[in-house]
Order: sequence, then C-alpha cells, then structure tokens
Amino acid sequence: MNAKLSATFAVVFTGAVLLYAVSDFPDFGDPRSPANHGVSGGAPSASVYYIKNAYHDTSVPNLVTAILADYRGYDTLFETVVIFTAGMAIFAILRVLRRDDSGIPAAPDPAIDGDHHRIVVGVTCRIAVPLVQIFALYVVAHGHHSPGGGFQGGVMLGASFILIALSTSLRHALGRLSETSFIRLACLGILIYAGFAFLPLVVGRNFLDYGALRALFGTDGEEMARSHGIFVVEIGIALTVTSVMFAIFANLSSRGRLHGGL
Amino acid sequence: MTSSFHDWIVPHFNAWVYVIIMMTGLWAVIAKNNLIKKLIGLSLFQTSILLLYVSLGVKEGAGIPIIDHEAAALAMSGSDDALNPDRFANPLPHVLMLTAIVVGVATLGVALALCQTIYRDFGTLEEDEVLEQMKTLHDDV
Repeated sequence: MNAKLSATFAVVFTGAVLLYAVSDFPDFGDPRSPANHGVSGGAPSASVYYIKNAYHDTSVPNLVTAILADYRGYDTLFETVVIFTAGMAIFAILRVLRRDDSGIPAAPDPAIDGDHHRIVVGVTCRIAVPLVQIFALYVVAHGHHSPGGGFQGGVMLGASFILIALSTSLRHALGRLSETSFIRLACLGILIYAGFAFLPLVVGRNFLDYGALRALFGTDGEEMARSHGIFVVEIGIALTVTSVMFAIFANLSSRGRLHGGL
Repeated sequence: MTSSFHDWIVPHFNAWVYVIIMMTGLWAVIAKNNLIKKLIGLSLFQTSILLLYVSLGVKEGAGIPIIDHEAAALAMSGSDDALNPDRFANPLPHVLMLTAIVVGVATLGVALALCQTIYRDFGTLEEDEVLEQMKTLHDDV
C-alpha cells in the first residue's frame, strides 16, 4: 500500500512538471512551429527540405516512403535489424527443441482439426485470407503512391498467417509457412535490404545510394533508380516483418514447442 | 478560469492528453505487481509517445504528406508554389513513428516470451512472489 502511495505521488509530481512544461510547447496544428517550419531566424526544419525536394530527388509522391527508405535508409535498415533480432530473441528464449510433451495439453484431435466444429469460422477465414494477402501485397507494392509500404504490408501478411492459425490450427498454418521457411524469409529480408544497400559501393558510390544503380534498372534518371531501389528495400522489410510477426505468434501460442498451440 | 482554460489547455490539448496517458502507463509500471499489467503500462507509455510525435507534425489546413498528381505535374514544370510546405503535413514524425510501432510490437513479443518463461519457472507472474522465490533459492545456494 505504501509503495502504491509513493508511486502515485511520484507520478502526479512528474505529470505536474510535464504539464507545466507543456505551456511552452507550440500550439497544436501551428504550421510555424519549430518542427514544421524551423526556428525563426535560423535554418528551415528538415521536413521543409523533404517536402520541397523529395519528389524531385526520388520521384516518389508519398513523402513518408521517400524519407523512410531513402533519406533515412540507415535508420530503417537497423530498425528492420531490431525486428529481426527480436524474432531471434524469442526463439532463444522460448523455443523448445527436444520433444517433451509433459505438462502441455495434447495436440488437437485431427478429426476436429478445423473442419467440423468450426465450420463457419473456417469457411469465413478461407475466403478472407486470400483477400487479406492480396491486399497486403498491394499495400507493399503501392507504398510509393498511397499510404503503405513494407512495414504495413508485412504486418498484414503476417496477420493473415496468424488468422489461418487461429481459425484452423497452428499445425495447419505451419504447413503453409513452416518454421524453416519463416526463419529463412526473415534472414532473406535483411539480406535483400543490406545486400542491395551494398551494391552502390561496387560502382564507387555511397552505401544506400540507390541512384547509382541507374544502369541496373535501365532508367533514364537517378530519381527513377531511387524509386525502384525503394521498392526493392520495401520488399526486404516486408519479408522480415511478415516472418517475425508469425514467429512471435507461433512461439508464444505454443510455448515454444510449435505444436499444439491455441 | 475560462481564459486560462482557453489560453493554456486548449492550444496544447494534444500534449495534455499525452501527459495523462503517459503518467497512467508510468503508474502501472511502478505500482502494479503483475508483470503483464506492467507490460500494459509500458505499452500505454509507448502509445503516448507515438501520439506526441504524430501530433507535432499536424499543420492546420494541410493535407496528407503525399503529393497529388496535380501538384507533382506542376512541380515538374518548375512551379515553386506547388510544393508549398504549408500544404502537406510534416512527414518526418510519421516516418519515425511508423518504424517505432512495428518495433514496439516485436519488443512486446520478446517481453511476453520472457513472461512465459518466468511463469514456467516460478508458476506465478506476481512480482513479489517471484522475488520471494528467488530469495529462497539464493539463500539455499
């Protein structure tokens, strides 16, 4: 009880200090705030540069995608590595490789495995899953022109496999995307991103400078080469995110045994 | 009273909301005994940060940070006003939070995996009971 009281005191005190500091914040929606416009009398903020130049530099209308995969390519590369590392950490923590079935519920009976007793859910998901997956691929591929990209599409693609596991059984979902394949896909995603970022070094340009790959893509200008480079990178992100999302679910729901499960 | 409300709270209501959510999360992390409830607090804390960043990029009268085809054609023909920063919301906070959301899910997965391991080894997710058991284990050794 005493601990809770002191916690409340600490939180209320911190909150009061933060709320006091908030009065110095720029107003909500102010186009002239330092983050949106830059400090008065100083240099304009980075976002002004991005809005003015991103389309000329990359010919990608979606500024978020252009910044994510081009200007901030290093950041995104290592964010993807963080996701990959988190997936591997879950394997290291949870995965049980020896066959030890003591203390866990038996695997569902194959006879009731998704077909008879869950017919409405099963049929609905069988119809929904292909649509979800097509839409996920669309979100990955259309990230240049509309909200979307590797992270969003990858999460949706991972969710479609989780939907298969929830509506039938984990074993059924692992039949579609086995443990070996999702580990390989997660590695492949990082390899696509990092390997593709490495290619410009071969022709004597900077790491992640896709504009140098003009000859590879057969485009006229460097902007279109950057646009294509962003797409390749988004595919790598999507592969890693898809596999890690499914790996997290598969390991958590079956306590690292990858059979039985929910 | 009303003037201070209008001068002080209304222009910064986004920041008030995020401070309140953040403090709720912080309180859960400190005061709650159950590890899963601590994780919920941590997620609340993270959500408040996402809200703060995205709300920083809002510009009154601006659209989404995607250049429409009309503006793109104008920009290519050399018009300077087509890419006026006042017409597009600030894209940078969106980029930063986009990756943060997915990384947040992945790290939450790691935290849940650790909780599962703790539950397997100690049979409980209450922090004080886990600490008690660890203490007796330590004394035995």
